[in-house]
Amino acid sequence: MKIKVDAEKCEGHSRCYSLAPELVDVDDLGNAFELNDGEVPAGLQDKAHLIVDNCPEFAITIEEG
Amino acid sequence: MTETTETHSDPAAAAVAASIPERCPVSDVTTDYDMFDADYLRDPFTAWAEMRDRCPIAHTDRYGGSWLPTKYDDLQAMAKMVPELSSKSPIVIDLPEALVKGDSTGYNAAAPITADPPEQNWTRRALLPHFTPKGIAAETEYTKRLCHELIDGFIENGSCDAAVDYAQQIPPRVIAKKLGVDASMVDDFIEWVRGVLELGLQQPELRAKYRDIIRDFFAAEVADRRANPKDDLITALCQTEHEGGFLPDEVVIGMCNLQLVAGIDTTWSSIGSALWHLASHDDDRRRLVNEPDLWNTAVEELLRFYAPVTMARNAAEDVQYGGVEFKKGDKILMNFPGANHDPDHFEDAHEVQLDRQRNRHVAFGIGIHRCAGSNLARMEMEVALKTWMERIPEFTLSDPDAVTWAGGQVRGPRILPVTFS
Repeated sequence: MKIKVDAEKCEGHSRCYSLAPELVDVDDLGNAFELNDGEVPAGLQDKAHLIVDNCPEFAITIEEG
Repeated sequence: MTETTETHSDPAAAAVAASIPERCPVSDVTTDYDMFDADYLRDPFTAWAEMRDRCPIAHTDRYGGSWLPTKYDDLQAMAKMVPELSSKSPIVIDLPEALVKGDSTGYNAAAPITADPPEQNWTRRALLPHFTPKGIAAETEYTKRLCHELIDGFIENGSCDAAVDYAQQIPPRVIAKKLGVDASMVDDFIEWVRGVLELGLQQPELRAKYRDIIRDFFAAEVADRRANPKDDLITALCQTEHEGGFLPDEVVIGMCNLQLVAGIDTTWSSIGSALWHLASHDDDRRRLVNEPDLWNTAVEELLRFYAPVTMARNAAEDVQYGGVEFKKGDKILMNFPGANHDPDHFEDAHEVQLDRQRNRHVAFGIGIHRCAGSNLARMEMEVALKTWMERIPEFTLSDPDAVTWAGGQVRGPRILPVTFS
């Protein structure tokens, strides 16, 4: 499983970072980017779905690998 | 909410209420809503549900006239209507022309919240680095100490006003620390912010008076930091490079103004509403004690349900959306709290579910004007609630009828007496 943050849509809410710092980090403006090229480590699939479902900008998607 | 209680507990609000003529009753919420109606302040949810069913973008002629969208998808779309909907005057009621001042009502009045692109873009980039999760580390430690100190002050009494003695005391101190302003200013900050955004909404002269007080105060602070740099936000903004120089004084003064008007009563309202909820819902209160893993989703759910802030836009031109034609200058209230209760988007939207998993709430707005301080606010709320629940896990409303709610721009309890063992 991979996650993808759409940098055009992200407005820096940082809710994904607060829920899953194992999966994303934020830059100096608070905009999110994927860790590990978006690869979701085993056991964190639920968290990946959680950050998708909590992004108010609809900026995060899951790409099933 | 009785008149006597209000007069007794909140003299400033009572004085304003006494000076305002009695309003006509609301005939139809879809064509005549009243943002200051006592029933609407206590329970806006019922009115929004009716609007969503019958007329999802409602209108009123009251207070200069405004439009009120109530559906999640409409708020999402309208937040992205830039530049058609301008943010230059984000207060829900415009000041009369005679009270508008050139130096304090341009884009720099409280940039970036009062700016449209392109000024919005560079002012936002200047401010955001100070409010990322990592940029607020110092404030987090300070807030933890502060919340304990405040609770130390009243825990032995067995009761307190959770709004006045606790919620209201936290954000002004955090903001004062962030700005680098002495904590002795806290009572003034509370008075000034209520003057601009709460009590002044229906009293333009009062609002203009406090606008000028805030501006004069920060003009002096900025002049001081130019001469005597310190380790604080005002200094950092003074030293931020812009177009080969530094941010102009007027921009920095406006950004300081923003810290007060956007960072104080907003956050205290969220903390207060959450404490009101926990005081009046035994199951949720005990659940948080027994299931501490819930805190992450619980804070977001309380933000969703009790989202305090309604921002405003003005149509920059005649523009159509959702079957409505907004005329140039029309006021549009960005009803983010209403969007958060749209059952088309949130399952059982009318229920607080502390473990809600799907929660794309828009309490902090969306799009380019997403609240710049949202991480600071979220941290303050989480620390304030966790610390309270750790020290005072059992508490109830002392007198539910004594609770008063402010609204219009920022909804939240202003008087909130609670009792604990």
